[in-house]
Amino acid sequence: MYKSETTRRNFIKKMAMLSAMTAAASMFPGILFASEQENGIPQDANLDWKKGPCRFCGVGCGILVGTENGKAVAVKGDPNSSVNKGLLCVKGYHQIMCIQSKDRLTHALVKKNGTYVQTPINEALDIVANKMKETITAHGKDAVAMYTSGQSTIPEGYIASKLMKGAIGTNNLDCNARLCMASAVAGFLTTFGADEPMGCYEDIDHADYFVTWGNNMAEMHPVLFSRMLEQKSRRGAKIIDFATRTTRSSTASDTSILFEPQTDLAIANAICYEIIKNGWVNNSFVEKHCSFSKGRTQMGYGLEDSYKFVDKPEKIDFEAYKEFLKDYSPEKVSNYAKVTVKDIKYLAAIYGDPNKKVVSYWCMGMNQHTRGTWMNNLVYNIHLLTGKISQPGNGPFSLTGQPSACGTAREVGTFTHKLPHGVVMNKKDREMAAKIWKVPVEKIPSKPTYHATEMFRAVDRGAIKFIWTQATNPLVSLPKTSRYRPAMEKKSCFVVVSDVFPTPTSDVADVILPASWHIEKSGLYGNSERRTQHWNKMVEGPGETMDDAWMFIEVAKRMGYGDLFPYSKENHVEEIYNEYRQFHEGAKHGMAPLEVLKKESGAIWPYVNGKSTQWRFNAQYDPACSNGEDFHFYGKPDGKAVIWQRPFEEAPEKPDQEYPFWLNTGRVIEHWHTGSMTRRIPVLHQAMPNAYVEFHPDDAKSLGIRNKERIKITSRRGSCILPASINERGLPTKGQVFVPFFDENMLINDVTLDAFCPISKEPDYKKCAVKVEKV
Amino acid sequence: MPIKSYIVHPIKGQKEALLIALRNLTQCEVIPAENQNVLALVTDTSNQKEEELLIEQIDTISSLQSLSLVSGFNTTHN
Repeated sequence: MYKSETTRRNFIKKMAMLSAMTAAASMFPGILFASEQENGIPQDANLDWKKGPCRFCGVGCGILVGTENGKAVAVKGDPNSSVNKGLLCVKGYHQIMCIQSKDRLTHALVKKNGTYVQTPINEALDIVANKMKETITAHGKDAVAMYTSGQSTIPEGYIASKLMKGAIGTNNLDCNARLCMASAVAGFLTTFGADEPMGCYEDIDHADYFVTWGNNMAEMHPVLFSRMLEQKSRRGAKIIDFATRTTRSSTASDTSILFEPQTDLAIANAICYEIIKNGWVNNSFVEKHCSFSKGRTQMGYGLEDSYKFVDKPEKIDFEAYKEFLKDYSPEKVSNYAKVTVKDIKYLAAIYGDPNKKVVSYWCMGMNQHTRGTWMNNLVYNIHLLTGKISQPGNGPFSLTGQPSACGTAREVGTFTHKLPHGVVMNKKDREMAAKIWKVPVEKIPSKPTYHATEMFRAVDRGAIKFIWTQATNPLVSLPKTSRYRPAMEKKSCFVVVSDVFPTPTSDVADVILPASWHIEKSGLYGNSERRTQHWNKMVEGPGETMDDAWMFIEVAKRMGYGDLFPYSKENHVEEIYNEYRQFHEGAKHGMAPLEVLKKESGAIWPYVNGKSTQWRFNAQYDPACSNGEDFHFYGKPDGKAVIWQRPFEEAPEKPDQEYPFWLNTGRVIEHWHTGSMTRRIPVLHQAMPNAYVEFHPDDAKSLGIRNKERIKITSRRGSCILPASINERGLPTKGQVFVPFFDENMLINDVTLDAFCPISKEPDYKKCAVKVEKV
Repeated sequence: MPIKSYIVHPIKGQKEALLIALRNLTQCEVIPAENQNVLALVTDTSNQKEEELLIEQIDTISSLQSLSLVSGFNTTHN
């Protein structure tokens, strides 16, 4: 349906159709127009349909791409995928339109005397390898760094880790999933000792209540939201939207409850207080399967360079926990959370009702939080106290933002502290990696180095002198880009960028490497529900484009590590996956064989005896449970999940007289993150051509601001000018403004704060103080 | 040469009938919502008069409950 030579009139018709669908979406959030996928496919077309996962978002919808004469010409939802059952959202069914964009990076570009010169890819890879070697020789191995992506495939992430940690011997590897999922990881590890959700999307078919915590699923996870709406309509399931801004999700929910930013910490504790006070605790579950701990408080916010934090967990008992919760009665919390006592009690009663199944969903609202790990722990507390976990329709479920934030960033482990199995700090994990990688164990350093924010601070300080980014656009997506853009422009650091399109990040590169788009290579992604999905290369990429994994292998060979990377160009994806699978052998994390993934629309790990495990830690479904009980939280040595005592603490920066508004940032349905792909899809770009700043109508009135007027948003770090938006897409609470971050021409991250959660190191993009003025 | 888009609401239980009726009109492109009782419609006509006649014709479809204009473009054929 998407021919590159779309006529102007056909384009306008598409625009008109998209306008109607967008208008319908505002009336019916979660609405899907699946037939759009078929519309425009020529009747006589002889298309070859190939399966794969969608490129956008972490839901992991199955797609079928129709190819004809070597070109991708159509996309439709995969009816065999249990994730989306044939449905797709507006981004999904337009995705292939970007790959033939006129400004596609098709050849390597090397900056010579200030000008980019098209260069044969082999020569560009020589330059990259030589520069890496020279830097290591002159400044040591920790002077080189790599920053990858939750959009990298599993083989790409694996080879990046092997090259940096196994071959070069530095932990200077981190990824953009640090910006979106690290708090979920730290939450899972501290509570359960094992990362990723215990449940799966089938929970939607069983739950009586869906509580969404700061999560606009109607725009960010529309296919899942549509499945929830279906259950609402069919079975009377209820959706409770708990957020700081009224969104399309709020209007489609049964109840919308708004809270003051940062006070979700206190409200979660108040829910636990009520559950205990009213006798709703599942005592036998808690006694058998839970322990109690507290950690350090007043940890700071990571605002200073080289900030360090180590938690000191301390065991407590249930009585001490109850005593702690006395500060969180609904009456006390209501005073500062701006939520009524009645609403807090209502939320507690939903979780506390033993006859109702409840799933909690969250994404960036809870994760991009200076106390993100705590917030994740607190929602687990609610589910653990009530025993509503690891059962169909009952459980906490963190959603991911990227297609392989789970599969690549979290499972392969493209974080500074991670290895494909376990962490660099653990000797046994290093030994396993050394054995599989065939390197001396001493080669793998035992100390983590730079997480994402600190990595770019190190570039600014001059400590990192070579950085290679892939499939990510940090100079739009990092917080406080007003510091990190000039940092990356410094001559002290050699910058290599692999990407599909030019971006503000490639604008500062010394070498730009042309990357394959996902259907131009074979690969595997892992989605939010632990589902691994494989696809075969569907079309050839243009020019000298190359997949990132093969770029790493070519550079590794040039650096003298060829023996460690003995893969063939034709089959490297298969060979790498089979090597990687060894890290996860066993009932706790076994990955499905490639032949299964080639046939099916994904499989959920642990994949044991030919079967996906849909609910972990529940002996009825999970073969890894071995304690003879109904549940076994085997990630922890004592087999028990931890209920954490975590207090409310203020945000590092709050509105004051000089900067009187909260700034909240986020996404819109039309665009994928920094917009480098979706802004090249004409219908999506036309539907949402630029960013904007949303006001509450009362604030707009008192400031005399009208729709479309140019507004300057200023913080202590920088400013950004955008058109005003009042009563349009979303409605912030009074005293708050909201800006989407997709627009590289209106860089709101020049304004945001680079404070992060001290445990997860994930930045908080949802809260800082700004002033607004008409310009 | 107007191109206009509409949200079309069928009478309850008659979405399929409305879809068929609209698809029989050569100037109409219609896409039904998968999970709601609503359709998205684009009309492509040569001039304003033809557009008006088309809308009159659509208004006579018995399965139609209402028609809401969303956007309008006026352009020339390629």
